[in-house]
Amino acid sequence: MTPPPVDWPSLFGHFLLLSLLSIGGGITVAPDMQRVLVGQMGLLTNAQFAASIAIAQASPGPNILFVAVMGYQAAGLAGAATTLVGIMLPSTTLALIVARWGHARREWLSVRAFKAGMAPIVIGLLFATSWLLTVNTPGWGHVLVTVGAALAVWRTRVHLLWLIAAGGVLGALGWA
Amino acid sequence: MSDDQPDLRTPASPWELFTTFTALALQGFGGVLAVAQRVLCEQRRWLSNEQFVEILAIGQVLPGPNVCNVALMVGDRFFGWRGAFAALAGMMAVPLVIVLTLTTAYAQFASVPAVAGALRGMGAVAAGLIAGTALKLVQGLRVGPLGIPVSTTLAVVAFLLVAIARWPLVWVLLGLGIVGCSVAAHRLRASR
Repeated sequence: MTPPPVDWPSLFGHFLLLSLLSIGGGITVAPDMQRVLVGQMGLLTNAQFAASIAIAQASPGPNILFVAVMGYQAAGLAGAATTLVGIMLPSTTLALIVARWGHARREWLSVRAFKAGMAPIVIGLLFATSWLLTVNTPGWGHVLVTVGAALAVWRTRVHLLWLIAAGGVLGALGWA
Repeated sequence: MSDDQPDLRTPASPWELFTTFTALALQGFGGVLAVAQRVLCEQRRWLSNEQFVEILAIGQVLPGPNVCNVALMVGDRFFGWRGAFAALAGMMAVPLVIVLTLTTAYAQFASVPAVAGALRGMGAVAAGLIAGTALKLVQGLRVGPLGIPVSTTLAVVAFLLVAIARWPLVWVLLGLGIVGCSVAAHRLRASR
């Protein structure tokens, strides 16, 4: 695949915007990253997109680094810097301002209404992310692995690293 | 935050924040939050559990990755913006080098069927971890002011709009967010 030329301003701008929308963490805006990076810009394949999240999950550190992996696969180190700075700059600036301002105001009705009102939407977005990662991969074996992992993390206290490792083994054997 | 609790300690320097958050991030495979609580509250004793929950609550309301918001706010409390930067850099710098190295290795070995298969399997698990975390969080909605019918409707509509209709996220968050926050504000006001 010959990668198309990168539209840097719109790539950076899109991640700046997604940063401010990423309530619940970067993974909640992953569907929109897929829509833009795979669909609109054609910088990544669906397989590369899914691999970005898998690599970041398999590696130590905050999962938001999957954004840097996407940028790196799309356009090298400059791509990683663009997507990571884009996704971090607005949210960290806002976090510093609001943390200082809002420390004494957390009992306000408007603050509590915001938290309660957004919670179910954030959860719906998590399910949507999981769904999009699953349906864009052909075959059925991986669906069983996904459902099994979801049940394990929901109902047991098994370490997540064991689940990731088990998925890697099943996949290497050709069962996922 | 009360600074006069005798059993709590203070980091000596932004450098100590940087090294602590680096060590913490390197222990966190598939999620850093549990490790953060153990290190910050139990090992270093920089925060009480109550302070940790307060900071986490703000981090969850705000956009951005929760654990990065927590690092930022913890650093800010001790050393202002220098501390915030040190903690966040500690959380991200070394893990970033590791993850990009892994990505390079993946690009070189992606054509090997077993490697491609392993990544496929790990991706399938990653998708499951997200759904499983969502299932855990669903249980928390029962005690919220929205109630189960409204919460379920909002979650299902958000899922359908994003996963099936493929709406841009900004419209889903704005549209459904106004509905959810209005209902929540109404119920909270009525319950006082």
